[in-house]
Amino acid sequence: MTKILTRAGLAILAALIGVYLILPVLIVVPMSFSDSSFLSFPPGQMSLRWFHNILDDPIWIDSALASLKVALASSICAVVLGVLAALALVRGHIPFRNTITAILLAPLIVPYVIIGLAAYIAFLQLGLTQTTLGFVLVHTCLAVPYVVINVVAGLVSVDRRLEMAAMSLGAGPVTTFFKVTLPLILPSVLAGGLFAFFISWDEVVTAIFLSGPDLTTLPVQMWSGIRVQIDPTVAALSTLVLLVIFGSFIVLGLTRLIRQLARRRVTGPATNTGA
Amino acid sequence: MTAALETTSTQTSTGAPISINAVSKKYGDNTVLESVDLDIRAGEFLTLLGASGSGKSTLLNIIAGFTRPTAGTVKVDGRDITSLPPHKRGFGMVFQHYALFPHMSVADNVAFPLKRQKVAKAEIQQRVAETLELVELGHLGGRRPSELSGGQQQRVALARAIVFRPRVLLMDEPLGALDKLLREQLQLEIRRLHQEMGITFVFVTHDQDEALTMSDRIALLRNGRIVQLGTPEQLYAEPNCRYSAEFVGASNIFTGTVQGRSFIDDVSGQSYRLGEAADQSGRSLLVRPEHLNIAPADVPVPDTVEQVEAIVEDCIYLGSSRTVQLRTDAGQRLVARTNVPRTPDGVVSGARVHAYWDVRDACVLD
Ligand SMILES: Nc1ncnc2c1ncn2[C@@H]1O[C@H](COP(=O)(O)OP(=O)(O)OP(=O)(O)O)[C@@H](O)[C@H]1O
Ligand SMILES: [Mg+2]
Repeated sequence: MTKILTRAGLAILAALIGVYLILPVLIVVPMSFSDSSFLSFPPGQMSLRWFHNILDDPIWIDSALASLKVALASSICAVVLGVLAALALVRGHIPFRNTITAILLAPLIVPYVIIGLAAYIAFLQLGLTQTTLGFVLVHTCLAVPYVVINVVAGLVSVDRRLEMAAMSLGAGPVTTFFKVTLPLILPSVLAGGLFAFFISWDEVVTAIFLSGPDLTTLPVQMWSGIRVQIDPTVAALSTLVLLVIFGSFIVLGLTRLIRQLARRRVTGPATNTGA
Repeated sequence: MTAALETTSTQTSTGAPISINAVSKKYGDNTVLESVDLDIRAGEFLTLLGASGSGKSTLLNIIAGFTRPTAGTVKVDGRDITSLPPHKRGFGMVFQHYALFPHMSVADNVAFPLKRQKVAKAEIQQRVAETLELVELGHLGGRRPSELSGGQQQRVALARAIVFRPRVLLMDEPLGALDKLLREQLQLEIRRLHQEMGITFVFVTHDQDEALTMSDRIALLRNGRIVQLGTPEQLYAEPNCRYSAEFVGASNIFTGTVQGRSFIDDVSGQSYRLGEAADQSGRSLLVRPEHLNIAPADVPVPDTVEQVEAIVEDCIYLGSSRTVQLRTDAGQRLVARTNVPRTPDGVVSGARVHAYWDVRDACVLD
């Protein structure tokens, strides 16, 4: 009886925490459908005018495309670098392992303002501010720790003897990685990549330093937008961004589900799906 | 014995001889292997036997190429392969915990080495099917490893390790995770495979029965050294040291000193005659349980034997034989094994008996 009570209590607590985490985010959704010219809650009349507004103004589309480009490029770079780093940390025989780990994870601790300022000063001289390359370099640096953490966790759980077996069966180190290790750590790599993508996609602080008339990412555009005029365009944008984020998670979940179902069909109903 | 072995192995063998010369391995200050010399003959079944931590896996991994020796060389067919990476050695390997690729089907696991060799698709299919048939798993090719029992998984691992026709098959406690019945069955299957394939098998185990059952020769390791190398018969019947005698088979060992043609027991002070002149530095006298006979205390024993007085502590019936546990008056525990029909009357728990052996059946060790 008490067990059931504590279970119910836990469930309620979990739900409350969930609401606490999501509610502030969801508040922008109704606001974006408001007819009013100001950000207001609760919204009065409903309308889609702010969504039209976004489509009419090329500034939003341009900055969204710029953000997408930066996020894709930097997440790919972060995945490649992060996976290599994780391999070296877990499988390699390298000296100063702890120091190297600390340096790799430093962007998690160093304030973004400092990173942004440093990058700004350095890139000014190199002519890299307001360039996609400049953004990608900085965002990659911010995202690498997330990939490293995920992939290290994944690698640790892969039995080294599988790699040894592959080598004894004639696979060189590269083949062993692509045929055995990578498929087994793929979920961690994808998770790391997803983190990396969204780190870049909604990064404002360093992006403010690097942005300018030539190149501005979506979050920076939103930030300056909200300072100039407080109309619900930004709320509408936020809704779209949320849609993209939730959408990608749903797609990810669905592909996983479909794959599981397909596997079950291949191997028959006796399949043990645990673990 | 060796002559017979060599002729059979040269007839059928495609196996490679492996020569290990003065191989040492240190981890920091910890010496794991100390100048090991071992010549493994082409096509033989050699077992590395030893207690946990004796360096068996380290030696096997050096042969496989996963571990670099600190010193020494490994040669195959006379070619130095000490620094050749594992994937270029072409040795099959089987691990204790199967190490099957969980993301591939059984058939894909077995096809893996053939794909690395770029064998044609049709041939891959055929060889995978043949090899799975050989380990009696022909019908399970479509399954995932996780859907197989431990024994089946180990058969797949075996199939995968032999499908590419390696000249050497290395196995690190491949049966360690299986239950007794399955283990005995697979022991026989592995022996059968060895005879059919004629390749060199190097097998690691800490189970002496397994080593005795399967091997052509056994190398007994202790603290990173080979203490004895020989056929199972040699290891059992002619141990060259006390450790070897204790490790392989059950044994009764008296501690004492050799004086001329006698052995003086330290504990009881009793003197036993020796069958032949022994090394004066010997400190142990070995009598195997099957050489230790028992007679009730009131029955006189013949003159050609040596004996100790003892009390029967326990009598264990094992079907075809009986194990009798004894304690001598000096407090030493002994074990005797007798065939059931030979067990004399009056040998029951608590009975006083003579435990005796023919002087030719005892041997002096270090
Ligand atoms: N990578 C390593 N670093 C340091 N010491 C090691 C390493 N690998 C093995 N050792 C040490 O070497 C010794 C021998 O190890 P090994 O694995 O060869 O033993 P083993 O005979 O296979 O034992 P087991 O029957 O338990 O498998 C052990 O004392 C072990 O602690
Ligand atoms: Mg071992």
